[in-house]
Parts: sequence; structure tokens; C-alpha cells
Amino acid sequence: MAQKKIRGLGLNKQYPGRLIVVEGCDGSGKSTQLHLLRVWLQSQGYPVVFTEWNSSAIVKQATRRAKRKELLTPTTFSLIHACDFADRYEKVILPPLHAGCIVLADRYVYTAYARDVARGCDLQWVRNTYRFAVQPTIAFYFHAPLEVSISRILFGRPSLKYYEAGMDTGLSLDPVESFKLFQGRIKDQYDRMARQEQFEVIDATRSIHETWGEVQKVVQDKLSDYEPPKQN
Amino acid sequence: MIEGSDCSGRSTQAEMLKESLESAGHAVLEMGIRRSDLLGKAISSAKQGNLLGKTTLSLLYATDLADQLENRIVPAMQAGFVVLADRYIYTLMARDLARGADLKWLKRLFGIALEPDLIIYLDAEPEVLFYRTLDKYGELNYWESGMDLQMGSSMFESFLKYQASLRKHFHRLAKEYGFRMVDATPGPKKIHREISGIVSEYLENLVQQSPRPEQPEAQLGSAANRRVRLEEG
Repeated sequence: MAQKKIRGLGLNKQYPGRLIVVEGCDGSGKSTQLHLLRVWLQSQGYPVVFTEWNSSAIVKQATRRAKRKELLTPTTFSLIHACDFADRYEKVILPPLHAGCIVLADRYVYTAYARDVARGCDLQWVRNTYRFAVQPTIAFYFHAPLEVSISRILFGRPSLKYYEAGMDTGLSLDPVESFKLFQGRIKDQYDRMARQEQFEVIDATRSIHETWGEVQKVVQDKLSDYEPPKQN
Repeated sequence: MIEGSDCSGRSTQAEMLKESLESAGHAVLEMGIRRSDLLGKAISSAKQGNLLGKTTLSLLYATDLADQLENRIVPAMQAGFVVLADRYIYTLMARDLARGADLKWLKRLFGIALEPDLIIYLDAEPEVLFYRTLDKYGELNYWESGMDLQMGSSMFESFLKYQASLRKHFHRLAKEYGFRMVDATPGPKKIHREISGIVSEYLENLVQQSPRPEQPEAQLGSAANRRVRLEEG
């Protein structure tokens, strides 16, 4: 009898690689910092893999179409993002982790927890959906007062997208007002998770360079026992 | 809800049941798998390339089902339709279980679904399904043979093993969720008689129990407000 294969689903979480994720509200500067981290790690000669939210080839088009047509309910919104995540997880995240690489993820399961719950999904249900995902080595949370991140996004932006502004939640008919309220809800969820999920909270109100110094320090510290795989 | 393996005669039976329900004056809405506006096509094209991970595939099907439920099924049930599903969450669960998914994870994931009034399962031996598949398509299908699982050295062996594993999981779910088992080996007419018997008996009981049968909500219980109680104590 062949060995029984058991699917990931949180059962086997041992891997030699490292997973670093960034989380935070839109406009908190997390993508910029992740970019700096990526360049720095590569310059150190580490094998780095990068992945971002909403980028799986399989569902990207369906998601885009559904968003344009405003077809999504909170449940299907949550599930279609879970599909996107699972596809990237099975292809881009898990194999490199098993191979010993450093995987950098711009947003991870916590984004789903925060956004889906802000839309009214049940937290336990959302957590269950993502139960197959491994715990990151470091989860950075870029924390900034709501006004700061909102003004960064609204600055120079002609209009907000329907789901981005959380218009589907019916919080307000005005996109900007809705965006503010929705981002507030998301931030509440992040703040609530911060301790429980052991986020590395980064004060995102400072300059890019100052923030980078702090990010770099945390990463250096956490990677002290990391050994990159032998590459020939 | 009619569940069963491919070639168990499921779709034929769903079609026949729809006709008999409609001729008895019930408005019927059909649903199935991969029929959502949202993802139906995306799943089909992704399966063509065999480039999907197992977890991704489960979630795609769950999304497809959720879209049908929220945009079509719930409104139709509130309007008093009888919803007839050619495959529902149990087929998805059995398939995922055969692929090593965790039962608890699946139960919670599909907790979004409505609890059906009746689940009819068409039961057949893998060998019967094999000959029917060849009869119908002239060849075996990659997914229905569980080829992604690499269970045997040939497609034939893989098909039998995969279908046997599916059947085992179906039987297990049958006990837990009270499926009505129907033998899928006789001819379609005989099976149809058995199924319509089960369905009309159920509908009659419902009318008797219901104080106001003329109300659409009462037609199929208040199923629209019911969620599947998958997490039992």
C-alpha cells in the first residue's frame, strides 16, 4: 500500500525556509519596505521569492471581472481571495519554503481575516478557510493612525474603487467617507490581532529610511539562525 | 440534492425529477457544480491544464457553490421554488476527502451552504461506473479517474481505486447526513420511480405538517433560513 498522502492543511508545518510577510492598511508603506527588504536580501546573496495578494493567474481575471461588475457578496469575496491565496500558496509559497528559500509576501492570511471580518464574515469561519497556511517567521504590521494612511491613499488619487472603498458594506454612499469607515474597521481588526498573532508592530509614521532601519534590524535578528540552501 | 459519482445516472435522474416535479405544479430551479457566473468557466479552463493544487481546487468549487447559493438559490427558495441540485457539497466533500483533505476543515468550509431537505445518493460499484463511462465517452476522464492522485499504474486501475475511495467516503457521509441511498444499477425508469416516490412522500408530509401550505415559505420547510449544521456536538 502506498504511503497515505495527507494534504497540508496545517498538519505539517516543518520547513527549512523563512517566511516574512507585511500587513497593514492601504497606504501604511508596507510594500515599499518589502521592496527594500527584497533588494537587501538579494544583495546578501539569499534566495528570495516574492508574492503579492491577488496575483494568481487562475483566478485573477475572474476576480477582476466580478469586482468590476460588483457581483461579490462577503462570502464569495472571501472565498475568491482564498482561491487566489491557495493557488499562490501551493505554487509560489510552499515549494520555496521546503527548498529553504526566503519567501516575502505582500499581505498574507491576516489581510483576509481583517477585510473579511470588516465585511461581516465570521472570524472563525475565515480562519478555518486559511487553516492550511503556515505561520510566518515574521509578520510585520505597519501601524499608522488612520488619518495618515488615508491621506496617503487619497492624495493624488482621482477615485476609489468600489470594493476598495468598502462600498459593498453600505457604510456610506460617499466613496471617500465609506473608505474611511471601512479602513477604520480593518484597522480595528489588525489592532485586535496584533498581540495574539505576535505581529512585529512597526511605527509607520516615520520616514521611509528610518522605518527601514527598524525593519532591517528585526529581520537580521530573526535570520540569525538561517542557513541558505546550497546552490550550485 | 442528488449526489453520486460520474455516470451513476445522476444527471438523467435530475432531469426526470425536474419534469415530474414541474408536471406536479412545482417551480423548479436547477443548480449544480461549476455553474456559477463567477467562476464556472475559470474552473473548467484551469482543469484543462491540470495545473491546480488540491486546496485551490477545493476552494474554487466552494466559491462556485457559494456564488450560486447567494445569488440564485436563496432568492429562489424565498420565492417558493423547489431547488434541485445535480451535485452539491457532499460530492465536493467526498472528492476532497478522497484527495486527503481534513474532514473538519471541509465541514466548516461548507458551513456556508443550506441544509438540504433531501439528499439522494445514487450508489454504484466502481466496475459498473467503469463500463458506463466507456459506453458514454469512449474513454476515461483524467479527474474522474483520480489521475492526479497517482493511485495506480494504469488509468483503469486508477479509476477503480479512485471510485472505490469516493464510494467509501460517500457511504461515510451518507450515515452522517442521512442520505437516501438509491441503487444506481437498474434502468433509469425504475430508479426514477424510486426517487419520485421518496420526493413525493417527503413533499406530502411537509404539506401535512405545515399549517398554511399555501404559503410559499412553507413549501420546503423554511430552508432558506437554515444553514447546514455540519458541526455537530
